Amino acid sequence: MATYLEINKKQTKEDTWEEPFYLNMGPQHPSTHGVLRLYLELEGETIVNCTPIIGYLHRGVEKLGENLNYNQTIVLSDRLDYIASAANNTAFALAFEKLMNLEVPRRAKLLRTIVCEMARICNHLLWLATHALDIGAMTVFLYCFRDREWLLNIYEKICGARLTHSYVRVGGVRQDFTKEIIDELYKFTEEFPPRIYDYETLIDVNRIWLKRTKGIAVVPAEQAINLGLTGPVLRGSGVPYDVRKFRPYDAYGEVEFIVPTGKNGDTYDRYRVRMEELRQSNRIIRQCLDKLSETEGEPVLAENAPDLLIPERIKEPKPQPVPKKGVIFRGIDKPVVPPGEAFASIESPKGELAVYVVSDGSNKPWRLRVRTPSFVHISAIPHMAKNHMIADLIAIIGTLDIVLGDSDR
Amino acid sequence: MGIEKNVVEVAPGIKHIPGTPVVISPIDKIINWARAGSMWPVTFGLACCAIEMMATGASHFDLDRYGIIFRATPRQADVLIVAGTVTKKMAPIVRRVYDQMPEPKYVIAMGSCACSGGIFKTYSVAQGADEFLPVDIYVPGCPPRPEALLFGLLQLQEKIKREAKKWGFWR
Amino acid sequence: MEEILKRIKEKFPSVILEIQEKDYPTVICKRRGFLEFMKYLKDEEGFKYLIDLAGVDYLNYPQKNFEERFEVVYHLYNLDNRVLLRIKVRVPEADNWQYSVTSLWETANWFERECYDMFGINFKGHPNLKRILMPDDWEGHPLRKDYPLYLEEEQEWTKYKEFIQKIKTS
Repeated sequence: MATYLEINKKQTKEDTWEEPFYLNMGPQHPSTHGVLRLYLELEGETIVNCTPIIGYLHRGVEKLGENLNYNQTIVLSDRLDYIASAANNTAFALAFEKLMNLEVPRRAKLLRTIVCEMARICNHLLWLATHALDIGAMTVFLYCFRDREWLLNIYEKICGARLTHSYVRVGGVRQDFTKEIIDELYKFTEEFPPRIYDYETLIDVNRIWLKRTKGIAVVPAEQAINLGLTGPVLRGSGVPYDVRKFRPYDAYGEVEFIVPTGKNGDTYDRYRVRMEELRQSNRIIRQCLDKLSETEGEPVLAENAPDLLIPERIKEPKPQPVPKKGVIFRGIDKPVVPPGEAFASIESPKGELAVYVVSDGSNKPWRLRVRTPSFVHISAIPHMAKNHMIADLIAIIGTLDIVLGDSDR
Repeated sequence: MGIEKNVVEVAPGIKHIPGTPVVISPIDKIINWARAGSMWPVTFGLACCAIEMMATGASHFDLDRYGIIFRATPRQADVLIVAGTVTKKMAPIVRRVYDQMPEPKYVIAMGSCACSGGIFKTYSVAQGADEFLPVDIYVPGCPPRPEALLFGLLQLQEKIKREAKKWGFWR
Repeated sequence: MEEILKRIKEKFPSVILEIQEKDYPTVICKRRGFLEFMKYLKDEEGFKYLIDLAGVDYLNYPQKNFEERFEVVYHLYNLDNRVLLRIKVRVPEADNWQYSVTSLWETANWFERECYDMFGINFKGHPNLKRILMPDDWEGHPLRKDYPLYLEEEQEWTKYKEFIQKIKTS
């Protein structure tokens, strides 16, 4: 004690630490969701600057897409955002259908919408589980996984796979729903809203949760649009941009739902936006199930949808009043996929997922570009994490809902 | 010595003197039983298989009943479950985490990408974790079901119980 | 939508080469005067949201009718009028540089870094043009058409080769 007092007296203002302190939150870390590396420049516990370094999960999906068939890239798209695979499949399928001018039957559109909304619920449940686990609430993790298992069981009945289901195909869906699946989905939509209420009672007015999420990482609306944020992150700042309402696709034009928006743009508002989206997804699934009974017995795949192995060119008969039967010797050679380009974007649970494809008339894409929301959200971390502490950084990563397979492709 | 007359063989090689809490067995079996009953993995989820690993550890397929608790630091763990694609940029870091674990340590390669590269045969993916790690158990699947991962962990338990002389002087 | 196209055609006749009507209206421009065009689009017309910035390599494209090798494609969106616009700029291989729009939209920062990493197109005015997805000392630009999909033994990245060698010998 005496030596401590001596040292304290001798210490003057010039002895204080002047250089910044660099800390590396490396690729292997229990609460960065995946392999994200953050290079922090600290002053005490406050963050002065933060540099995210990505690329530890870069698998070359865009280059691989140039060597695979159009139908084979659907399987590849599952592994991008592996929590809600149905949304990725839908984005790819929409872009390819625009390229090939395919018309999807109505029953397939309703089925696609149901599967996409189930994926949204799965994603938000996993988000809540990991976000709450990082902040400290461990019970929510186990509750959310219980509900997620129910949905994954339904997915297994639909298409056979729990996580990476290539159910949505170019031209429609793979196979129809059976009566058992529709009954189970009805039961799910009835029993799910009380469970959302259960989760809210656990953390909504909890003092620790409020202290750790209110006022953290406030993003004003103008800056959010400039940074390119989309999805629940943008809606938490007050901008009601939702691709399902602005450029409707599939069956979203027929169903009624509201788009929840926040006010302040902090972490608590984004949490409330996502909880409200869970209820709206439930409502959409209910409406689609009611509409499904009207379209009994319709096909679920377009007639001229390409087969699994797309040939290069097909021969069409020359325009005649009665075309000849049998093998066509003299005809017009035309490619299955016309050359050109197409751009399609959807509202994936994390933000706006857009696909831009350029084709050269063969059966493989010339260039397949995927604009993923997580890539843009990680680039916004330095702007949001200024003057916050390290513990708040964990909450920021959680609220942006980042998946590294999505950002690195 | 006189004790041999009343012993009862409860398991192959393990003898028990009835009426007393005395068990006679080779040291190997006891140490292997203790090690197999409490394997502690490092949280090393890289890609999609990490979600199935989390689902295996959650409430539906519980891992805690086998004595498996996920530890955040490699210094206190003895199993490394490589779940997901290993890229060339990430490979030295996986090796560094493996080197930081104390002996005895085991490696499980979970998923097709960790076993042999999976569907990604591209310029930036290492074709399997066994290019730079000695792997004990391969669990294929894309992603493998939680039951498959559980089966892999139980096979690892069998493998540990078959070990001989991996303690003390012979380590 | 047509008024916007008419307006920009009157104001920037020297920058715009062609306006095509595909699934979304496409404007093909020249490199000279590009920044003023983008500034006009953002401030006057209200295209405040940059959805995507991508690069495309047209080496040996069968239906090619121009001579430059690369193309940079921008997708802009107007949130008030709900109008989506696609803008393309052609970049030759010999002097492959393009103006950077980071000063207008902050999102473009990482998009341009990825374009540089994958194609080798330099962006003038970018604050921090480094590799982002590949490791820092990687040779070559992977998404070009003359880059192989799978690297054989000799073409392998040097650091990875040394790493595997060290593990085998130790």
